[in-house]
Order: sequence, then C-alpha cells, then structure tokens
Amino acid sequence: MAKYKNHILVCGGTGCRASESEAIASNLNASLSENNLQDDVQVVRTGCFGFCEKGPVVKMVPDNTFYVHVAPDDAEDIVLEHVIKGRKVERLLYVDPETKEHVSDSRHMDFYKKQLRIALRNCGFINPENIDEYIARDGYSALGTIMEEMTPEAAINVVKDSGLRGRGGGGFPSGLKWELTRKSEADQKYVVCNADEGDPGAFMDRSILEGDPHSVLEAMAICGYCIGADRGLIYIRAEYPLAIKRLKIAIEQARDYGLLGNDIFGTGFNFDVEIRYGAGAFVCGEETALIHSMEGLRGEPTVKPPFPAQSGYKEKPTNVNNVETFANIPAIFLKGADWFKKIGTEKSPGTKVFALAGKVNNVGLIEVPMGTTLREVIFDIGGGIKGGKKFKAVQTGGPSGGCLTEDHLDLAIDYDGLLASGSMMGSGGMIVMDEDDCMVSVAKFYLDFTVEESCGKCTPCRVGNKRLHEMLDKITLGQGEEGDLTRLRNLANVIKDTALCGLGQTSPNPVLSTMDNFPEEYQSHVKESKCPAGQCRALMQYVINSKLCVGCTLCSRVCPVDAISGEKKLPHVIDSSVCIKCGACIEKCKFGAISIQ
Amino acid sequence: MSKVKNLQDLKKMRDDLKGKITLREKSDHPDSLVQIKVSMATCGIASGARDTMNYMVDELESQAVDAVVTQTGCMGYCYAEPTIEVTLPGEKPVVFGQVDTKKASEIIEKYIKNGELVDGIIPDSYETIDKK
Ligand SMILES: Cc1cc2nc3c(=O)[nH]c(=O)nc-3n(C[C@H](O)[C@H](O)[C@H](O)COP(=O)(O)O)c2cc1C
Ligand code: SF4
Repeated sequence: MAKYKNHILVCGGTGCRASESEAIASNLNASLSENNLQDDVQVVRTGCFGFCEKGPVVKMVPDNTFYVHVAPDDAEDIVLEHVIKGRKVERLLYVDPETKEHVSDSRHMDFYKKQLRIALRNCGFINPENIDEYIARDGYSALGTIMEEMTPEAAINVVKDSGLRGRGGGGFPSGLKWELTRKSEADQKYVVCNADEGDPGAFMDRSILEGDPHSVLEAMAICGYCIGADRGLIYIRAEYPLAIKRLKIAIEQARDYGLLGNDIFGTGFNFDVEIRYGAGAFVCGEETALIHSMEGLRGEPTVKPPFPAQSGYKEKPTNVNNVETFANIPAIFLKGADWFKKIGTEKSPGTKVFALAGKVNNVGLIEVPMGTTLREVIFDIGGGIKGGKKFKAVQTGGPSGGCLTEDHLDLAIDYDGLLASGSMMGSGGMIVMDEDDCMVSVAKFYLDFTVEESCGKCTPCRVGNKRLHEMLDKITLGQGEEGDLTRLRNLANVIKDTALCGLGQTSPNPVLSTMDNFPEEYQSHVKESKCPAGQCRALMQYVINSKLCVGCTLCSRVCPVDAISGEKKLPHVIDSSVCIKCGACIEKCKFGAISIQ
Repeated sequence: MSKVKNLQDLKKMRDDLKGKITLREKSDHPDSLVQIKVSMATCGIASGARDTMNYMVDELESQAVDAVVTQTGCMGYCYAEPTIEVTLPGEKPVVFGQVDTKKASEIIEKYIKNGELVDGIIPDSYETIDKK
C-alpha cells in the first residue's frame, strides 16, 4: 500500500456532484500523476461536507485548508500551488462574510464552530464506498462487542439509558421501541429503516446514506440482534440514486466480510439487509403506509394500534427507525450511554441534523447539540440573513411544523421546546424567511403540498385540506371576508382532531402557527386587501405619484392592457381593475413616479 | 477477501487499517500534537526539502511520535533552506535551518522527543498574521 502524505478530500454528495465534483477529482488525479505525486497524495471522494452553499468543496489534509466553489479547471492550481509549492490558492479560500477575510482552516469557520457531528461523524471524512475506511474508524466494532459480550436485554438497556429519541419526527424513545418489539413473540421479526425522507427541502437522511452507509447497516444489525430479527429492510425513495448505489456497494462489502449474512462474528447470529424502493409519496414515510407499500399494497396508513412493534410487515413484529436514529446507534455503543446523555438537553439528548435553507447566507447540512438556540443556528452557523435583510420567521418541521418568530430566536431547540411553541422538530427541515416573505403564502405553500400528497383515505384530510387551501387562496387574492379567519381556524382544528394519520393530524400546523404568530398579517389581507410583505401579486397596487409624473406618456404606451390613461403633459393614472401588475410601466418611467403599494 | 471471524479479527483489521486515515484524524486536533511545517517553495525543494519531509514523516511514524507534518510556502530564510518549523504542544514555534536528513534525525531525537534545543535555530524575526 502506498503511504500517502497528503489527502485531498473532495465532496461527493449529490449537491456537489451536480456541480462537477467528479470532474474535479479526476482532474486532481490526472494532475498528480503528471507531477509524479500519485503515491504521495491520495484523492478521496467523501460524503457531504454540509457546506453546500459553497460547493463544490475540497479539503486539504493534514493542513485543513478548505477550498470553496472549486471548478474542474482549478485542480491543476491546487496541485501545482498547494501540493507542490505549499502556497494556498487564495482565490479559492472561503471569505468570512463579516470580516471579509480569507479563512483557510475549516476549524475556524463559523459554519463549523458550533457544530457537533455524531450522526454525520464520518460524512466528509471517509470514502463511503470503502468498508476498510469505516472499519478503521471503529466501524462494526460496536456490533462485534455487543454480540460477544452483551445480552440483547443489556444492549437494549444501553439504548434506553442513552435517552435517544427517534429522529424521524415523532421523537419516540428508541430503546423503548426496541424493547416492545423484543417482547412481541413471533417466529419472524423485521428491522425496517425508514429512508423515505419526504419533507420538501430535507436531505439529512440522503446525506447520511451517501456519506456513511455502513453506520446504518451496522445499527440495523445491532437492532436485529436486540429484538431477535434476522432480516432488515431499507425503504428508500427511488429518487435517491446515489444513496441507493452506495448502499448496494456497502451491503455487498459487508457480506464479503461476513459482517452481514450467516454466522456473524462466529456467534451463530444471522442478519441480512435488502433494499425496497418507494415511489416518493410523502405519506409512505408514515410507518404503517410504508409497511403496506413494502407489502405491495397501496401506500395508505392504517389506524394504530396495532403498532408495527406488535404487527407490522407481513403482520410480524417490526421495528421501524429513521436513518439518522440508526446512525447514532454505533456511536452510542462505542462511547457509552452516559457520554451521549451529557450532550444536548435532559429530555432530548444528543444532536440533531438540520437541512438549513431559505434566506440565510450559508445554506447546508448542519448537526448541532440539542439545546442550541435558533439564533445560534441562523446567525452564527447560517451566517445571518441574505442581503442584509431583516429576519422574519423560521419554519421547522416541514409540512407538519410551524413558523416561529423573532420572539422564539432564543428558544433552545429540542422536541419539547419546539412543540410547546407551536412548531415541531419534524425530520429536520429548517427554512429561514425574511421580510419579503408573506406568511399567508407560506401557509398556502405547505397546504399545496399536503393537498397534493394526501392519500385520500379519510375525509378530514382529503376534503378538509382542500377547503383550507381554497380559503387561503381567496385571502391571498384579496377576496377574504371577516368570517373566513374564524372558519379557517375552526376547520383546521377539526382536521387536526379527526384525521386518520399523522399527515392529516399535522397538516393544519403551518396555518395555525402563522395565524397565531402573525395575526396582523392575516388581518391586513382580509380587512385592507393588503399584503404587508408585498408578495401577493393580486393585492399589489401600482400607483402614479401625480407630483412626480410629467405626462411623458411613455407608460401608457408600454402598458399591454391599456390600463394607464391621461392627457399629454398632465399626470397619468392607472386603473387598478384593469392593471395586471406586470411591472412594465415601472421599468420605463424615467421620473420614478410609479410605485407599488 | 477473508471473512471476519470474530471480534478479535475485526480489531486486528482495524489496527492494520488505521494508518489509512490517521492523517485525517490528526488534522482534526493538531493543537495536541507536534506540528511540523516544512518549507516547500522552489528554494526549499531545490535544496532537498522533499527528502527532509519524507524522512520526517517516515521516521516520526516508525518511532510512533504523534505528529503532523505539513508543507508550507517559503518562510523567507532562503539562505538556510531546507527550513522546518516545529511547534511542540503548548510551545512557541521554533524554526530550524539547513535541515537535511541527518539534522532532521537530531531534531527528532533531541528537540521533539526531549525538548532540548539543537544548533541551527533561526531567531524569530517577524510576527505572522495568525499570531495577532
Ligand atoms: C406523513 C408522515 C410522514 C413521515 N415521513 C417520515 C420520513 O420521511 N422519514 C422518517 O423516518 N419518518 C417519517 N415519519 C415518521 C414515521 O411514521 C415513524 O415514526 C418513524 O420512521 C419512526 O422512526 P424513529 O422513531 O426512528 O423516528 C412520517 C410520519 C408521517 C405521519
Ligand atoms: S390523514 Fe390524509 S394521508 Fe392520512 S390517511 Fe387520512 S387522507 Fe390519508
């Protein structure tokens, strides 16, 4: 084996691959060979680094230099300058948005300073297509130690003691779930990994599977040993081709090494994993719908109980956990339940991965200890609001969650804190909004999604959400009436109380939380037909300031619908019942006389 | 590929494979390690810095000294190339000049392992930006 003196880590997550990280890696290799350095420097394709905003990213090891927005053509400079001459390529360094200085060392970047990576511990560090690198990072030794030294009950107790809660949204204590499944008696049991990840904009689970697939396989085997199952199923959406490819490679490699299959670690324990594909319906992330989908039935939820722990896949006891939940498991066994419990808050130990998106400077994938405040996430890690605008709201929990305001910025993030303030953890989507975002439109956006994704099985969700959506539509068109706000709230509460599954039970949350936190914004849409954020097109008024207008007639000539009238050399007026708000007049006016109200 | 038969097997495998990634692990917490920077600009390379660097990497590893060796640009002491800068944990960096493999071995034995200074230290003549 060649002994490398430097490693160049190239991000191989989906985002960075889309922006040519493959070409960067091959150009780096070509340039290294040209300079006869192929035995000194190793180029490693890793999982997502999380800093997607600045992708593709390249990290030089051991000096930690972090290059951002790298193009395939930059490969040669990196080799000639950095590797050969030891000079940093200044133009590719990250520039601190506050100080405007180049930051070369990733450990000094605000984006990474407040993060703690447990679930993502190997993402961006190892080559996910090489099981040896996972083993070198203590991979599979948690499984081995448990099987050789612990009874299933003792191992379940470790998970219980750690306080780990399900990262798929509900926050159910994982150790308790394992115990319930263990206690269900049956000739066959299953371990299911929920990799459906349907929240719009979320990509935590995808990144874990792309960056560290073995951690999930190892955890599934541990779960199998604990609950007494010999088969594992990973339900993943077919839209995740790279994650699927890496999982397949990982499963093959683990089988070759005897870490999956029969007689693992010579203990007589058998466990193997299969991949099942989903078609990408949001409702199929709900565990009962997911199980039906795997059975070849329609992806529709059924009433719980019975819970999957009692009767799940093929009516056998089934333990369903989320990808991120599983990714925490090997770390908990390696470092101990006490170590894990010390991180985060008392009721929500550990960390949470978030997909930070929207109007922040650093969008990307982050992992922070529970209890970190929203302010730290948005302003320190996220680098504040884009374009120096004012923060307005942050949405957590996706279509099931709610919008929180400035008053909540110092809220410590954990399951219970978010719930108490009218939102929820969900699976980890976090969308930041600024003063230009209209809260009624935001609520409508999420309902667009739930109306589309409702499976249609029960009436409150199928019909109720449609009606909610119609009312919101009416309000954004300026046709809302006083009574609409009460009707909206009543219907939302009825849907919450009566829908069959979690999708319908939570779908009114975006509406209720925006109504609670931004009542004045709903009021002005309904009472004054005004959108304070200036986003609802139908409510915008184009007006001409008669003091500034000189009557040049330019605007009346560009208006495509002849909404502008007036005598030459005299102020003109816009007939707003005809105006289609195309903005053509504003662009043409040389006197700044036209404005939007 | 032979199968992993038991935990012992896996642990042995892990220890054999560790070398593949130690470089990356060390770079995550360099402050607790001996840090060595080898000046590898044109002048340094011309006077044999690459041999010095290779020698240091191999020697430190075979003696199991926890260190990270990186390369840097010209330090400005072209008259004394190859130059290396050594930072022991908690100490100020010290620059040595004319470090051939023989000198490198002396530095490892005396300074890095025992903290004794050796001939050839170049006095600190400037502040770098990151010290401020
Ligand atoms: C509409 C809906 C969608 C869901 N989507 C997902 C999903 O994409 N991924 C996931 O892990 N859990 C999802 N869940 C939660 C699952 O039903 C289940 O609680 C979870 O997979 C359990 O794993 P955990 O305890 O590890 O979180 C969804 C729930 C509902 C109601
Ligand atoms: S709440 Fe919606 S998604 Fe859930 S079962 Fe009813 S119709 Fe289907």
